Amino acid sequence: MGSKLSIAFLALAALTGVAQAQDKTSDKPGDIIARGEYLARAGDCTACHTAPEGRLFAGGRAMPTPFGTLYTSNITPDPETGIGKWTADDFYKTMHSGRFPDGGLIYPAMPFASYTKVTRADSDAIFAYLRSIPPVNQKNKPHELRFPYDNRQLILGWRTLFFREGEFKPDPTKSAEWNRGAYLVEGLGHCGMCHSPINALGGTSQSDAFKGGLIPMQNWYAPSLTSNREAGLGDWSIKDITDLLQTGVSARGVVYGPMAEVVHNSLQYLSDEDTRAMAVYLKGISEPSAPPPASSTLPTTESSLLISLGKTVYDKNCASCHGAQGEGKPPHWPPLANNQSIEMQSAVNPIRMVLNGGYPPGTKGNPMPYGMPPFAGILSDNEIAAVVSYIRTAWGNRGTPVSAREANELRSAPLN
Amino acid sequence: MCRRDQTSSLVSYLAPESIDAIMSRYVVIRNQPDPLWRATTVFARVAASAVVIVTLAAFDGAAAQTANQPPDTMAARVEACTPCHGNKGEGTSDVYFPRLAGKPAGYLYNQLLAFRSGRRKYPPMNYLLEFLPDPYLEAMAEYFAGEHPPLPQPTPSEVSKEVLAQGELLATSGDAGRNIPACVSCHGPGLTGMQPGIPGLLGLRAPYISAQLGAWRYGTRTAKSPDCMQLVAGHLTEADVTAVAAWLATRPAPANPAPVPKGTYALPFGCGSQPN
Repeated sequence: MGSKLSIAFLALAALTGVAQAQDKTSDKPGDIIARGEYLARAGDCTACHTAPEGRLFAGGRAMPTPFGTLYTSNITPDPETGIGKWTADDFYKTMHSGRFPDGGLIYPAMPFASYTKVTRADSDAIFAYLRSIPPVNQKNKPHELRFPYDNRQLILGWRTLFFREGEFKPDPTKSAEWNRGAYLVEGLGHCGMCHSPINALGGTSQSDAFKGGLIPMQNWYAPSLTSNREAGLGDWSIKDITDLLQTGVSARGVVYGPMAEVVHNSLQYLSDEDTRAMAVYLKGISEPSAPPPASSTLPTTESSLLISLGKTVYDKNCASCHGAQGEGKPPHWPPLANNQSIEMQSAVNPIRMVLNGGYPPGTKGNPMPYGMPPFAGILSDNEIAAVVSYIRTAWGNRGTPVSAREANELRSAPLN
Repeated sequence: MCRRDQTSSLVSYLAPESIDAIMSRYVVIRNQPDPLWRATTVFARVAASAVVIVTLAAFDGAAAQTANQPPDTMAARVEACTPCHGNKGEGTSDVYFPRLAGKPAGYLYNQLLAFRSGRRKYPPMNYLLEFLPDPYLEAMAEYFAGEHPPLPQPTPSEVSKEVLAQGELLATSGDAGRNIPACVSCHGPGLTGMQPGIPGLLGLRAPYISAQLGAWRYGTRTAKSPDCMQLVAGHLTEADVTAVAAWLATRPAPANPAPVPKGTYALPFGCGSQPN
């Protein structure tokens, strides 16, 4: 008996020794969780899976779509209402194939068309991190989709048209840095979800990737990341791009609207190396030659009247910060001269900024940002159209005038 | 019970909390705690305490500021607030936009947090604050709390003497039979509010007060539980709201418009915005 007990002790000691040895050699559990947390930030999971004032990753956030309202799911490790019973395989299948563990189809509001590019190792790390957060017992709210979109089988059609499953494949002709940037932008960053045109079926064709588009329901224009006439970064310095991504402000412009959220929740947490890699990639995909802007639909006389009134409005309300020549005081008071965000064909964003003002996000690198006042209550539709027409055409800017009707329509755009 | 508490126990004066004390309580940065965020917090804390110094420096011929950078002041940072709330938070001609100046910083901070989370709904404010961190909102609250432009002259009321009298009665005595406490029982005998969370009611126009009481009744304005104003507003009729709002808007500026220190008097019932 005694000897048996000793053997048992010895065996236990040996086992413990192995476990300790494993811990010492790889130090894995802590590492993988920290890496998973970092990657979950890169994927901005919290933007959708944490409700305002809600518990971390407990879901329940309403996501209005043109097809009805979706409610995000609980991805805490609660076994009943979260993903506590999932395996790493289940999680990878969701990320990679857009299917629940039981094979059910996931609505493509979850960016699995991008997340499919995420490697198995990164998926496992995110899963390990999600397993480590406090479980929250909170049932998922049923979606409220209109007929016929409440039929999940329709997703099959969407998948056939718009979903290409497969992990990221590095381009051997490019640098490791470029490939790392591409992996982050196309995969976890899911930048294409907004920066590609969305068609009536709620999809994006591959050939249109990063070509820009109006974000459904939000009425903000997500500019093209490839055209230098929009948010293409071809003639930006790497430093200006990394400043913008990490701090929300740069010498060339600041982020606002939905992009402020991305910087706030996600990009500000990325390492200098990863931010630089994204900048290198984004600069690389820009197209140097872009088509000229469409000519204005406004009659010339109306345009010149607008622009002349616009200068008066500008000098009175805007020049104190943005400068008489639109030079601004970058990075905090952005320049308007040679600012792509103002010149691009869609005037939605500059009109909305004048109407509603805004703050760039508070970030580690810029914790107390300067804000732009809202002018909706101060300026008439005509004055808004005039001042936006002015800043789009003054100082060598190559935008087109906008009408009072366009300004008026955006007064009712949703604000958050 | 909503009757005014007559307890005359002497509550000792508590010094206003230091920024550090407030920070240690509120530093739960949105969504996820992160060591790197602490750096932000520290920065903002330093910046918040430096506001006074920076403002003084600005008086000193704007020294140390390069010509191509905006002034490194809170005043410049909150310019986004001024079209609606006035350059020093004194309010504007728009009767629906409230005065901010001189209100207790804790109250202003609570409102900024509530707008950011959507607990208090007003889309232009919800939108502006959505991605601003706690320490910065706190610095904004401190900034407006520290501004003291003069209170405006009250405007003559458009309601009848009888309605004003009813408003005065409710505001100063309440209506115990209907569970309505007097405004003065929480907002103070001088209606100047109490540190850190109870706002003064002076310098506000009747339409704003009326709209806020309505917002509590309809749930578009809510506060931390127990949401005392929601309870109170729920007991008011439309006529009560009109009368109270009208009377409050006629109050002249007192000699000392500052909110009284925390604990100057006991509240008649629990209030989540003013923990004991």
